[in-house]
Amino acid sequence: MWSPNQPIVAMKNVMKSYGDFDVLKGISMDIMKGEVVCIIGPSGSGKSTLIRCINGLNDIQKGSITVEGQEVHDPKLDKRLLRRKVGMVFQQYNLFPHKTALQNIIMAPVKVLKEPRADVEARARALLKKVRLEGKENSYPGELSGGQQQRVAIARSLAMRPDIMLFDEVTAALDPETVKEVLVTIKELAADGMTCILVTHEMGFAKEVADKVYFTDRGLIVEEGHPSEIFSNPKDPRTKAFLSQVL
Amino acid sequence: MNAFSEYFRDLAERSPRWDFIWLYDGSAADRILSGLWVTIQLSVICVIASLVIGFAGSMLQTSRYRVARLFVSGYLQIFRNTPPLVQLLFFYFALGQFTPSYSPDGWTQVPLISNVGWAAIALSLFGAAFNVEIFRSGLEAVPNSTIEAADALGMSRWLIFSEVQFPLALRVCLPALSSNLINLVKTTSQAFAIAVPELLYQSASLWNDHPATQNPTMLMLLVVYVGLVGLLSLGLRFMERRMRVPGYGV
Repeated sequence: MWSPNQPIVAMKNVMKSYGDFDVLKGISMDIMKGEVVCIIGPSGSGKSTLIRCINGLNDIQKGSITVEGQEVHDPKLDKRLLRRKVGMVFQQYNLFPHKTALQNIIMAPVKVLKEPRADVEARARALLKKVRLEGKENSYPGELSGGQQQRVAIARSLAMRPDIMLFDEVTAALDPETVKEVLVTIKELAADGMTCILVTHEMGFAKEVADKVYFTDRGLIVEEGHPSEIFSNPKDPRTKAFLSQVL
Repeated sequence: MNAFSEYFRDLAERSPRWDFIWLYDGSAADRILSGLWVTIQLSVICVIASLVIGFAGSMLQTSRYRVARLFVSGYLQIFRNTPPLVQLLFFYFALGQFTPSYSPDGWTQVPLISNVGWAAIALSLFGAAFNVEIFRSGLEAVPNSTIEAADALGMSRWLIFSEVQFPLALRVCLPALSSNLINLVKTTSQAFAIAVPELLYQSASLWNDHPATQNPTMLMLLVVYVGLVGLLSLGLRFMERRMRVPGYGV
C-alpha cells in the first residue's frame, strides 16, 4: 500500500510512440507529495505527452506510472476514480462555454462526487475568491479574459479536491500582462502544499517556485535537479543550448 | 345568421369566383377544420418522431459496430436522395401490400397500418434522415479539448454527453434543425397523394365539389401554412434565443 513517504507519482522507464515516432523513450521520475516540479524543454520534446500520461489521457506502450501506488495504465483501473485525485489545467482553458464560472466549478463535484449542491457552491465561491474572481460567478467564459478563464479552470480543478495538480503550458496562450495573475495563483497553491507538476516555458517561474526541474529533449530526461543548479550551472550541452536561447 | 357570414354569402352570389364557402357554410368549415387538425397532428408526430429517429441515427453513426454504421449510411442514402412524394407512394402502395390486415367486424379487411399511418412513417423517416446529419454536424463541432477537460474531471461518458457535448451541439445545429423541421411540416401536404385527409386534401376536395371556392380556398391554404410554419419557426427562434450564451459564437 502507498504511504505518503513514498513518491506520489512514480514513473519507471515510460515509453510511448505515435506510429513510428517515439515520443517518450524511457522516462523515469519520482515526485513526492507537496513537491512542485517543472518540466521544461524545447517544443516537441514530449513534455505535454508526458504530463497527459499521468492522468491517463494518453496511454503508454511500456513502463509504469503509479499515482499513490496505483498503476495508472492497469486496464482494470477505473480512470474516473484516478482523475478525481489528479486535477488538470490546459493551455486553452477548455471551460464549458455554456456554463457560468460558478456552474463550471460546481458541475463535477455535484455530478461526479455527488456532493450536496449547497456545500459545493460555498466551496466554489471560496475558490473564486481565492483566485481573485469575486463577482465573476455569473459570467460566462466568453465574457472573461484569457487569464480570468484560466483561473476559473484552476478553480474548477481544485473544486474536486485533488491530491495532485497537472498544469499543461497553462500560460502559453495568455497575454503577457495576464500571465502573472495565473502564475501568482499557482504559486499560492504550491505554498499551500499542493503537489504540482507543470509543463512550462516560464523559466523565471520555474526558477522561483520549483523544487525540482526536469529538462527533456527528444523524449528523454536530459538533466534534472534543483532549479538553482539547472539554471545557473547546466551540465549537459543541450540544456546549455536551450537555456541560452530562452533566458 | 350574423352579418359577417351574410356578407360572404352575398359576395358568393355577386362574384361567382369568390365563394368563401367555409365562412358561411358549417359543413364546409368543418371539412377545412378537420383537414387543419390532421395536418397539425401529422406535423407534430413527424417532427417529434424525426427528432427521435434522427438522434438515434446520429448515435448509431458513431457506433463501434460496422453493421450499425452501414445500416445508417444506407438509410441516409435512400431517404435523402429520393423525393418525399416517391417515398410516400412507395410506402403506401408497395410496402402497404405486404402489411398484415385484420378484420374488426368479421366482414371487412382493414390493413394494420392506414394511409395516415404510412404517411406518418414515411415523412418521419424522410425528416429524420436530414436530422441525423444535422445532429452529427453539431456533435462534431464540439471541440475535442472541451470533452477532454470533462474527461479529466472524472466525468462519465454519459455525463460528458448530457452535460457538455449535447447542450453545445444543440446550439450549433439549431438553425439547421429549424429549417429542416419547417420543411418537414410543409412536406406533410404531400400526404395528399395517398389520400390522407389533411388540409390540402380537404381543400382540393372542397373546390372539386364547389369550383367557385377554388380561389378563396387556395388563398386560405397559403395563409394557413404561413401561420402554421410561422408559429413553429417562432417557437424555434425563441428556443435559440433562450439558449444563447453571452460571448459564445453560435
